[in-house]
Amino acid sequence: MDKLTRMTKFWGICAGVAVGVAVGGGLFTFVYARGASYLTNDPQACANCHIMREHYEAWVRSSHRSVATCNDCHTPPGVVAKYVTKAENGFFHSLYFTTGDFPDPLRIKPRNRSVTEQACRKCHTPIVEAIEAHQGNDTLSCMKCHADVGHPLRGAFAPDLTTAYER
Amino acid sequence: MRVALLTIIVACGVTIVGLAFLTTIVERKQEAKNPFFRVVELNDDTQDPAIWGKNFPMQYDDYKRTVDQVRTKYGGSEAMPRTPTQADPRSVVSQSRLEEDPRLKTMWAGYAFAADFREERGHAFMLEDQTFTGRQRVVKQPGTCMHCHASVYVPYKKLGNGDLFKGFEKMNSMPWAEARPLVEHPVTCIDCHDSQTMALRITRPGFIEGITALKAAQGVKNYDVNRDATRQEMRSYVCAQCHVEYYFKGQEKRLVYPWHHGLKAEQVLAYYDEVGHRDWVHADTGAPALKVQHPEFELWSQGIHARSGVACADCHMPFKRVGATKISDHHVRSPLLNISHACQTCHKWPEAELKARVETIQDRTYQLRNQAMDALMDLIADLKNARAAGLATNHPALVKAQDFQRKAQFFLDFVEAENSMGFHAPQEAARILAESINFARKGQIAIRDR
Repeated sequence: MDKLTRMTKFWGICAGVAVGVAVGGGLFTFVYARGASYLTNDPQACANCHIMREHYEAWVRSSHRSVATCNDCHTPPGVVAKYVTKAENGFFHSLYFTTGDFPDPLRIKPRNRSVTEQACRKCHTPIVEAIEAHQGNDTLSCMKCHADVGHPLRGAFAPDLTTAYER
Repeated sequence: MRVALLTIIVACGVTIVGLAFLTTIVERKQEAKNPFFRVVELNDDTQDPAIWGKNFPMQYDDYKRTVDQVRTKYGGSEAMPRTPTQADPRSVVSQSRLEEDPRLKTMWAGYAFAADFREERGHAFMLEDQTFTGRQRVVKQPGTCMHCHASVYVPYKKLGNGDLFKGFEKMNSMPWAEARPLVEHPVTCIDCHDSQTMALRITRPGFIEGITALKAAQGVKNYDVNRDATRQEMRSYVCAQCHVEYYFKGQEKRLVYPWHHGLKAEQVLAYYDEVGHRDWVHADTGAPALKVQHPEFELWSQGIHARSGVACADCHMPFKRVGATKISDHHVRSPLLNISHACQTCHKWPEAELKARVETIQDRTYQLRNQAMDALMDLIADLKNARAAGLATNHPALVKAQDFQRKAQFFLDFVEAENSMGFHAPQEAARILAESINFARKGQIAIRDR
């Protein structure tokens, strides 16, 4: 039994070291990538990923800047639902940006699109409920006509991204 | 023990994934820190794009790819093998438009374009293709051609002892063969960029004068394009330095952009009528004819994209992501070969749908273009017959019909010579072609009712 205990002890230490390295490495990555910022509501956090920088700059100049942050439109109401969505999107963003396998310009996924659609109604219900009252309005979409409201990348109100990125 | 082993394997896997994640984050952060590294010093005389490419390797890599020969439904170029000769060492050329549509030969009878006219290739070939075109063997071309077929900014300055315009005028009046050794490259970085700030700037005297004349016609006095244009305007103007209609004025073959009344087909024609310009006299009919060059800037200006503030570069050099930085794609090409970046940034429809939209416009324009071409052929045949039947060369009906031919041909060519098969301004292109058909038929009536 003595031998077995020694073996267990050896492997136990190995497992401990391995787990320690993984957790330590993970923690370092988390801090280095400003992981904690993703738990906040600060739009700057979304711009940590360089790919969102233009959306951030456009939002800063948009009509919604003073009333809505990224999370207001891109996460559903309710703490649990909000963080589930954040975790899911965070996971896929990390996966795609690490592998580099994603479409450019970015395309929103159907689930995220529906989150944003509902978010419009959170604030604008008094205006849109009359429109929504009509029958067969499943396909009625806010973003179809107001796609540029949150962060217009083109047109008269878009920021001059060219100077931000290149000469 | 088994649990411990499993823990190690899992922890190992987690570490690997975590490290991969960490590495990409580090890489992206580094890339974002320095958009470019100054490896060499550039100045206002640095012509060679390879030197600029040391500071801007991503843009330079794209730039070199303009050698691609890819067809789209109505444009682009096919790589046709050919046997090199001493006079023309090219082993690859693009397809002959004259063979694709022999009616062009009739339209250009008596002019060098009836001898050789091929589909345009990418920027990389601009100098080579102009050097060896069959047209060179039919007529003596002037040094003026270099304005757009070569990187001419530094050579102009040298020739004019530092004065761009003086050098420009000197080279214009040279025979082509004398000017050719003075230039080295096709279009390069220095033709559009300031070497110190990388800002866009205009280097072509023809455009500087043309846009000043155009602005004057619109009531803007003393317009200086390099001082007054916005950044977004510059993203079209640098292209419009060459992608325009033009003519060679007088004995000294001075390059002029005919924008004194505006950019529309009839405004350009009105200017030519006013100064009494003709490119050649039509061999079959004696009409004082015009050859339109490639009025991309003029037609685009009449379209919805121009109206919406979309620049040439937005579709032909769209932004693309390279790691954490964004650059504009210097592989200048048809947006149809890059629909995702060129169109989908604004138009959120599937690629197939967007392609179908463009090709529908082009199909319709092409049908109209063929109608206009047939109408012109009918008019040319009528004129030819009337002359063969002995109609006096100064007969008012003949002169009137010849003028209609000049108009019909100019309008047809305004769309034919333009590189988008109507897409740059669909309704304007259709309107121009309808006018062309009308002119051709009116010419026929004039000759028959004499």
